[in-house]
Amino acid sequence: MNKNREPLFHISKRGDMPWYFGWGVRAASILLALLVCGIISSLVTSENPIQIYGTIFDGSFGSVRKFMVLLQNIAMLLCIALALTPAFKMRFWNIGGEGQALAGALAAAACMILMKDLPNIVVIPCMFITSILAGALWGAIPAVFKAKFGTNETLFTLMMNYVAIQLVAYFSVVWENPKGSGSIGVINPLTKIGWFPDPSGIKTAIGDFLANGWIADLPFSQALENLFIKSEWLFDILCSKYTVNIVIVALVTVGMYIYLNYTKHGYEISVVGESERTARYIGIKVDRVILRTMLISGAICGLAGLLLVGGTNHTLNADIVAGRGFTAVMVSWLAKFNPIWMVLTSFLLVFLERGAGEIATDFSLNASYGDILTGIILFFIIGGEFFINYKLSLKKSSKKEEK
Amino acid sequence: MKKYLALLLALVMVFSFAACGNNGEDKTADFKAGFIFLHDENSTYDLNFLNAAKEACEALGVEYVIKVNIPESEACYDAAAELVDDGCTYIFADSFGHEPYMLQAAKEFPEVEFCHATGTQAHTAGVPNYHNAFANIYEGRFLGGVAAGLKLNEMIAAGEFTAEEAKVGYIGAFPYAEVISGMTSFFLGVRYACPSATMDVTFTNSWYDPTLEQEGAVKLINNGCKLISLHADSMGAPTECQNKGVPFVFYNGSAMDACPDTYIVASYINWAPYMTYSMQAAMNGETIAADWNGTLENGGVALKELNENVAAEGTKAKLEEVKAALLNGSIKVFDTSTFTVNGQTLTSYMADVDDMGDFVPETEAISGGYFHESEYRSAPYFDMFIDGITNLDA
Repeated sequence: MNKNREPLFHISKRGDMPWYFGWGVRAASILLALLVCGIISSLVTSENPIQIYGTIFDGSFGSVRKFMVLLQNIAMLLCIALALTPAFKMRFWNIGGEGQALAGALAAAACMILMKDLPNIVVIPCMFITSILAGALWGAIPAVFKAKFGTNETLFTLMMNYVAIQLVAYFSVVWENPKGSGSIGVINPLTKIGWFPDPSGIKTAIGDFLANGWIADLPFSQALENLFIKSEWLFDILCSKYTVNIVIVALVTVGMYIYLNYTKHGYEISVVGESERTARYIGIKVDRVILRTMLISGAICGLAGLLLVGGTNHTLNADIVAGRGFTAVMVSWLAKFNPIWMVLTSFLLVFLERGAGEIATDFSLNASYGDILTGIILFFIIGGEFFINYKLSLKKSSKKEEK
Repeated sequence: MKKYLALLLALVMVFSFAACGNNGEDKTADFKAGFIFLHDENSTYDLNFLNAAKEACEALGVEYVIKVNIPESEACYDAAAELVDDGCTYIFADSFGHEPYMLQAAKEFPEVEFCHATGTQAHTAGVPNYHNAFANIYEGRFLGGVAAGLKLNEMIAAGEFTAEEAKVGYIGAFPYAEVISGMTSFFLGVRYACPSATMDVTFTNSWYDPTLEQEGAVKLINNGCKLISLHADSMGAPTECQNKGVPFVFYNGSAMDACPDTYIVASYINWAPYMTYSMQAAMNGETIAADWNGTLENGGVALKELNENVAAEGTKAKLEEVKAALLNGSIKVFDTSTFTVNGQTLTSYMADVDDMGDFVPETEAISGGYFHESEYRSAPYFDMFIDGITNLDA
């Protein structure tokens, strides 16, 4: 009798692998995921899989508008993921991005509603200040408790989400329009107070100027106008109503990359993340780093809330962040906390979501079908990460053991 | 040889294009309709629209695209704009909160017709390609109320409770005009058949929340309500009624299959007539009314199947009789002699019909002895709690 019966397989940690191994596994898991999705979709819709992949692609790149919606969704998801990253790097599990962004959104909406008689030049800076402060406050509360009393930050930040959701629900009733509807509706639709400037007017102005301005008298004006008409799509991208948000998030991305990799703060964050004791030993004030990092984390979430209210939706409701606070956790993890890679991971998630929605519409499936596809794809991607970090070794055959 | 073959192929192509091309008269060929719905078929409210859209489009033979689960946010504008990009020249949205985003899209795409159900702003917005529609659903609710009142009478006659204990319960979504107008007309229908009846109301503050709606039903039944009706979009309350054996009058769709022992009847807005009308107008380049109103007469308001196993005897005949009286105007649902507010009979009421976000009531709604609901705009504006109705949440 063999007393130490060996299990069917072992899981063991992999040693150092060349960089291309990891990327190979990742690429393979995405391909496998797409293959499985294609098979399932063609079974359900009885369309050919190529057409289904075409539809997924169409969801993001089918038109300039879809492309801009893709960029806007990437920007919002990325913004929250960037916010969570310094906390994660410090091993502070901030899963309160949803609540911190909602706090920022609430502050922005409050400014728009309460200061509706003031000019934009006053209101918009106020919105920036209050939403960033509100997000920072929402992030700092769990940090203070963690630093002073050693509370569990995961539960604390999670519960702060629900507090924020209830606050927003409460104010949705306080500021409801029309009365009794329980929703705020579009804020300041006529005066547009608190709305970020919409650059799409610039395109119209250029077109007007080329056609009717003094330039129209010049000999080469016709050529210029033709050029403008041909490159209209370029102006559509540059002057979209989402452009302001996208540019702001691009700046935050670069800023966060520099902050984490080239500043003293960034270095302190990684030391605290690696080992709190080492950090203390070399004289880093750990409590201060935790608090400071969570202030930054919350502040950027607050900024995301502001962009959602002031930049695009111009309203407030409890769904405005749309679960991005949680999806962002995955974006940050999949990119190994690297802000530049996060652009790619958030692109991947948004691309899949948009594509799945497009399939649901084109083949008249329930929108839950999109969720199923996204689930399959995430399953493979996360599975891929498992195989990058661990390896399976099957049970050695018993004959070999005897030798 | 190759040349000839190429020429031949080219000719074949030209002819085949010509064959499938324009038939001149057929306007449906290049017409495409787009629909934007708040939830999917799991919501009774959206299911009612989904069915109507499919019915209307298939009857007209037009191509259509349906986008479901579109929230009341910028996503609604994006969905509308994407539908325009896809070639839709007619776009319909079904939720009240979609209105500002539909209006925004209508301004941007003046060549596309935008039709919005339940909205309030078309008659004042001055955007010619933006239209609202609603229905005199209060007529349907009144009929549902009559069926409920007859059921109460039957239970009183059977000795289940006394006439003074005849109380109905109502689960409302939000305490605003659309819901208040509906619950009042239902209650007036109940009292038309059973004069001693009273009503308790509770609100869920959500359009779709199965749990809250079920809890609402529990609360009302425990509070002594003998019959339930509702204005909310899930199967939460009907399921509870079926389990407790309490009869109910439904809304939006029939619950005959799910609740065969307690479902009496349901009133609903049939959107197919409006969709057919507005799509046809869009196809022919005719003007669509800024504010369209479904009625018993044009088929916009209707009743679903009556469950004769649960309904009181003679309900069917009585409903026919009352319906005829509503059609010829001999019964007015909001007849001011049939109800009081704070003990007073109303002679005047200013309603906020022009929804400019100002909450300033500007239109006299009572004249000729009744409240003129849905006459000055399609969306309801009756928003008073009448005597006999108790708000449990107040």
